[in-house]
Amino acid sequence: MSGTATRWLHYNLFRTKRDAVLTVVFGALSIWLLYKTLNFVFVTGRWTIIEVNLRLLMIGRYPDAHVLRIAVTVVVLAAWGGLLAGFLRGRQVRAGRLTPADSKLTVARVLDLVERLWIPLAVVLLLLLLSATAGPWITAGASLAAALLGRLIGPFFGRLRLGGLASAVSVIVFAAIPLGMYYYVVTAVGFDDWGGFMLNLFLAVCSIILCYPLGVLLALGRRSGLPLIRVVCTTYIELIRGAPLFVLLLLANVALGFFVPDTLAPATSTRAIVVFTLFTAAYMAEIIRGGLQSIPRGQIEAAKAVGLSPIRQTGYIVLPQALRNVIPAQIGQLISLFKDTTLAGIAMGLFDLLQVSGAITAQPEFRGQGLIAETLTFAALMFWVVSYTMSRESQRLEKRLGVGSR
Amino acid sequence: MTATATSRIPFWRNVNVLKWAAQMVVVAIVVAIVIWLYGNYTENASRQNIPTSFDFLDNPASFQITGNSLSQSAPVRDAMVQGLLNTLRVSIVAIIAATVLGTVIGIGRLSTNWIVRKLAAAYVEAVRNIPLALFLTASVLVVVLGVFPQITDAWDLAGLAIVSNRGVAVAWYQGSGFGLLLILGLGVLAWYLVAKWRGRVADRTGNLPRSGLWGLGAFVVVVAVGWGVFGYSYTLPDVVGRGTVGGIRVDPSFFALFLALTVYTASHVAEIVRGSIQAVPRGQGEAADAVALSGFQRMWYIILPQAMRIAIPPIGNQYLNLIKNSSLGAAIGYYDLTLVAQTTVGNGSPAVPVFFLTMAVYICISLVVSALVNVANRRMMVVER
Repeated sequence: MSGTATRWLHYNLFRTKRDAVLTVVFGALSIWLLYKTLNFVFVTGRWTIIEVNLRLLMIGRYPDAHVLRIAVTVVVLAAWGGLLAGFLRGRQVRAGRLTPADSKLTVARVLDLVERLWIPLAVVLLLLLLSATAGPWITAGASLAAALLGRLIGPFFGRLRLGGLASAVSVIVFAAIPLGMYYYVVTAVGFDDWGGFMLNLFLAVCSIILCYPLGVLLALGRRSGLPLIRVVCTTYIELIRGAPLFVLLLLANVALGFFVPDTLAPATSTRAIVVFTLFTAAYMAEIIRGGLQSIPRGQIEAAKAVGLSPIRQTGYIVLPQALRNVIPAQIGQLISLFKDTTLAGIAMGLFDLLQVSGAITAQPEFRGQGLIAETLTFAALMFWVVSYTMSRESQRLEKRLGVGSR
Repeated sequence: MTATATSRIPFWRNVNVLKWAAQMVVVAIVVAIVIWLYGNYTENASRQNIPTSFDFLDNPASFQITGNSLSQSAPVRDAMVQGLLNTLRVSIVAIIAATVLGTVIGIGRLSTNWIVRKLAAAYVEAVRNIPLALFLTASVLVVVLGVFPQITDAWDLAGLAIVSNRGVAVAWYQGSGFGLLLILGLGVLAWYLVAKWRGRVADRTGNLPRSGLWGLGAFVVVVAVGWGVFGYSYTLPDVVGRGTVGGIRVDPSFFALFLALTVYTASHVAEIVRGSIQAVPRGQGEAADAVALSGFQRMWYIILPQAMRIAIPPIGNQYLNLIKNSSLGAAIGYYDLTLVAQTTVGNGSPAVPVFFLTMAVYICISLVVSALVNVANRRMMVVER
């Protein structure tokens, strides 16, 4: 036993004299960093400010009367996610790509999921422990139950034989649920009362959904054989990519009123979503263009040979492979969009997590105590956990779709 | 036969006609949108009596730029030029620092040493997933205002730099900046020529070229001679009362922006460097081992030159991102182009022309940098047979 340990030490830390020096120097550095971090988290950090302001940090000034709407939305979306996952499993079983045994939700599978997602789950648990009220606990419990329930009954629907009409209905139902929840949470309150981390997540999700179709169209346009369309798309992409997002946000904030009639000039959050969408679409287009270029000519020629129309060539043959080939770059862009939602707070005065973390240090009971390090650490943890999980899952998705191996 | 077949195709099913019709429709829609936006803009502007021309550039700026001698009565034009210079200043310094730091960390991620590897990985994973805006806030409020000491007990780094929460003062030269640039340019030229000459000597005699060492020597000699001939001197910073004298004073906002941009971009550069090193065929490293190069030689002469070739386009993208991200300096009071634009809009300049001008400048910078990157890429690219 000690033999393997010594060998490990020798191989990993003390191969050569210079290695030993590096080990000592950087070992000391890591111990110092570790000590500083642990000391800050457990000893010197004064975390009351987070506990007191947890609600402000997470959901901003969302009015009391409507908080229940958020809880209901979370639960419904959890059920929706579970149902969708189960439904898709069922469809795969039907198509013969999965055996029924593989699609069952077993304890082992749940444990696997917990192991895969233990970091975000731990952070959610931490947030629950910090919260003073029972609401978040009930919401979390109900969402968990709803997701499991959805996952359990989903396969039964998925395994049904669906005709053209029925499958269209199922698509509409699955698309309608999140849209319905959108109206449910947004219309009651109005965008300008949104804030906190919820606002960051919301801006990111809306922009991600909207930027995809635009990005795909721009990429196809830039690769198109029609010269005028190519010029239009290329100009748009290059102009947007040359300008800083921050300046675009400032411009949208100050000057949008000049360009569109007042009736069309939307709320600040919507403006932010529009700018994020237009901005990210240009970057997405470049990434997808890379994917399109990676498709061998033979694929298109084969598609032509079996007589597919140009639209079907693109939709069935080229795009699925192209999008699959550039998954890491796409997710990377989406992560950077998520991080950039903080710019909306700075440029447009939205009350997002970063702005809240700054503002709460000026509250009367916390003013002048230098608590900014604590609040920024909390904000950093929130952003980190979402981005990190996204990039981890993208690596997994890439492996599962077999990029480079098929 | 074919000719008659084509002539019988009605125009609404003729592919060529359809293609052009589709393009015309798209262009017409785009033009219509642009005209509509422009019409709205001129109408709204004239109704609110806001000028749409660029005459505001000649108005007095009526604000001051921190750390700049620009007077309040100078025209907006000059203020914007100073803002542009500030943008370039912080970008260039941060690009150099981020490249060095990122390369070191990227190499560290592939080290055989377990601690180095894990530390570098932890840096990348931690920094890459946190917004730049958060780093910026932290580097102003936590590092500069929190960690840095009061001016009365400022950190004195061997007399060369004085660090306090009022900024960093660094030893600096005295004399004309242009002349110094000229001298440095001559030094680099001497370095290049001497290195080339040493290479030829090595080819002829078979001795070790040591071109780096010789070149560095030539550079030092040329700069030292130039320094003496042109009568340059240096000043060291010193604390006097509640401020510093001597040296060059780096504004806290500059320092904070520089720090945040460097830390953030280095994590991205590190990932690119790591990927590029891994993309160099394994045989190259093994061949270097086989001819008994040392670890450093193997990295410096064999791996890095090939890795950098792969890394140039993505690193160029990171440079572009860094320049654009420097616009965030406006949020912490660094007078870059964006903050000058914001301030002058606040002082009554028309918003739309100001921001369009600002964007145009950024787009020009981007185009120039990406052209430079393309040139570098083309020169470094392996010519494949």
